Amino acid sequence: MNNPPHFKGYKTVGLTENALPVILNFEEYEALRLSDFELYGQVKASLIMEISRPTYARIYESARRKVAEAFVLGKPIVFEGGKVYFDSNWYSCKQCGCWFNHQEKEIAATNCSLCGSTDIEQGANDPVNTIDMKTCVCPICGLEHPHTPGIPCRMTVCPDCNWNLKRKDAPYQYRMKNKNL
Amino acid sequence: MKIAITSTGNSPDSKIDSRFGRCSYVVIYNSETEEVEYWPNPSKENIEGAGPGLAQFVASKGVQKIISGEFGGKVKSIFDSLKIQLVVFNDSQKSIGEIITMLNY
Repeated sequence: MNNPPHFKGYKTVGLTENALPVILNFEEYEALRLSDFELYGQVKASLIMEISRPTYARIYESARRKVAEAFVLGKPIVFEGGKVYFDSNWYSCKQCGCWFNHQEKEIAATNCSLCGSTDIEQGANDPVNTIDMKTCVCPICGLEHPHTPGIPCRMTVCPDCNWNLKRKDAPYQYRMKNKNL
Repeated sequence: MKIAITSTGNSPDSKIDSRFGRCSYVVIYNSETEEVEYWPNPSKENIEGAGPGLAQFVASKGVQKIISGEFGGKVKSIFDSLKIQLVVFNDSQKSIGEIITMLNY
């Protein structure tokens, strides 16, 4: 994503009690920006975000609902991306919930830099990277083809078997993960 | 090893500051001598470049690891080139004393 918001969110004017904020993910912010600020159509916007059009529609709808919820119920909005910024050099600790990077990239980290727990996980399998590694596969001969975002796998045809390709892994897996960001 | 923690105040009971560039205080903890120093953030009121300013400050103190709630886009590359480790810890209820205890695992 090229245009992250340069501030962290919105507060309500006049309400003093701390209502729980609505958390707007960066992809939802980006969808709102593309559709309602840059005024792109959904197909164009989904290509810019390198996701399929139905996924874009889902993200955009979720964004609008969250903004409406914040307006109607007087809740603050917080922009949060979860794992969006993290690449494979980052680790997360399941013990204390922190994230840390590792300067010696060749050596894998073994302990959490904060609490010393060994229960750590490398950021390589975060949802953002999973999306990048998508491949289409031919169900007949097993030929693998890198997936083009925005074009369904079934639109690509295997050159040997003339068969429509399908997504290599379970198709809904990365979407389900994305919701927990 | 010297470890910097961004803090909202200058006592062990202060909470961790979730911002890096515009935190109020920086706590520099020396894990060998167990010395703790509290420094006011010199670039807190900067209109621009608060993060890089503070990055320069902590680097000049010989810090090797920095704990904060969040880091801005400008400082990530600075710390990468200085080989300083970043730790993102987003529990704003933790006090400086508790974090130092966690570091002494």
